[in-house]
Amino acid sequence: MAIVYDDLGDEAASEVPVRRIRFTINGSKKIAEIEPRMLLAHLIRRGLGLTGTHMGCDTTNCGACTVLVDGKAIKSCTMLAVQADGHEITTVEGLASASELHPLQEGFKEEHGLQCGFCTPGMMLAAKALLDRNPDPTEEDVRWALSGNLCRCTGYQNIVKSVLWAAEKLRAEA
Amino acid sequence: MYPSRFRYEAPNSLDEAIGLLRDGGDDAKVLAGGQSLVPLMKLRFASPEMLVDINNVPGLAYHRADPDGSLHIGALCRHADLEHSDQLAGTQPTMAAAAPLIADPLVRNRGTLVGSLCHADPQGDWASVMLALGGTVVAQGPLGRRAIPVAEFVTGPFQNVLEPDELAIEAVVPPAKGARSGGYLKLERRVGDFATVGVAVAIETAGETVVRAGIALTGVGGSTIGATEAAAALTGKPLTAETIAEAADLAAGAARPKTDHRGSADYKRHMVGVFVRRILGGTAPGTATAERAA
Repeated sequence: MAIVYDDLGDEAASEVPVRRIRFTINGSKKIAEIEPRMLLAHLIRRGLGLTGTHMGCDTTNCGACTVLVDGKAIKSCTMLAVQADGHEITTVEGLASASELHPLQEGFKEEHGLQCGFCTPGMMLAAKALLDRNPDPTEEDVRWALSGNLCRCTGYQNIVKSVLWAAEKLRAEA
Repeated sequence: MYPSRFRYEAPNSLDEAIGLLRDGGDDAKVLAGGQSLVPLMKLRFASPEMLVDINNVPGLAYHRADPDGSLHIGALCRHADLEHSDQLAGTQPTMAAAAPLIADPLVRNRGTLVGSLCHADPQGDWASVMLALGGTVVAQGPLGRRAIPVAEFVTGPFQNVLEPDELAIEAVVPPAKGARSGGYLKLERRVGDFATVGVAVAIETAGETVVRAGIALTGVGGSTIGATEAAAALTGKPLTAETIAEAADLAAGAARPKTDHRGSADYKRHMVGVFVRRILGGTAPGTATAERAA
């Protein structure tokens, strides 16, 4: 894995501070050498090639870059990659198994929870954090948990239904 | 967007963190939750030469009530910890009301109360809450610890009194003199937006009489505003329609709002009065009032 930096020709460029971090992503242990100013979203997308994590607003508003860090939903555009050292990350690629979709992914399919799909990975991870904590949420709980994730297509109605569908399926499987 | 290049340090102890801050001087910044600092660095509004990430410093991720009734919130206590706290729900109505209204759920999982106080954004919710509660910030530096009242901690927009080598390690809410009640109301255009208007009210009553009152305003001035005259109008009296109306008028008068894309100055001032009346009107000892008005 290589990450290439711009050589700006100044002294600072010749002394790019690089740190080695160890972390787990979707169950795989990784080591990365990164510049401390790299954002977690960029490490995931460019360093690991996991492009399911989307960059939307890049200003801590939209939630498209939501991933789980130690099970908590956070905005990966607003966390330095170096801070992932020693932590466990889950991205949308970590939801499905080789042969089976995660119930949340099934729910989004069954209930038409997406149109363009851009916000979907973030929605599903914020929803996963909710369902891990509260397997039987009310509609209000779901809306509250997703209130940091913006969707510009669906108006949220079907997204909420998708999450409730998944919650029911997960409860039935439990 | 990337921040400019910086030296990154992640100390494992308070002493180490303070030593790094001493070396870094004005060019060093403390990173806790990073939910204000990282966006500012990405926009290059802030370009510190060194970041001292305190997330590996043990013993800062707590909130606890001491036997004397004071509440202590450590520098790594996240907004979400307070939002989901059973401890707050029954004992700290103003804080319990505010916690779910901070930013959005994703930001609340990382951002910290102490970091929010240090950031001193005039639209920051916690500064009003802590000001209304008469809270303090405990800072640790090379020479030891000192407690700074929140009323003196913030000196202006995005400015606080910390020395470059001091680290804010906790915020403290003093013990109540009576039964606590109060709340926090926030007018925002959508979840995650800054407050158009925010009002924090903290009341302590003994019997019918208000023995301590605090009212503070978010987003209606160049800095968090303590509506001290409004609070004084309640103290020593029972809560009646008349005292509530007087406090609401005085609080509205203390606001210094400006007309902007979030609303006119008149509208914001009016909403301060409305919020004071709503919180105090719903006040019975132990009652929390929270509302996200749209």
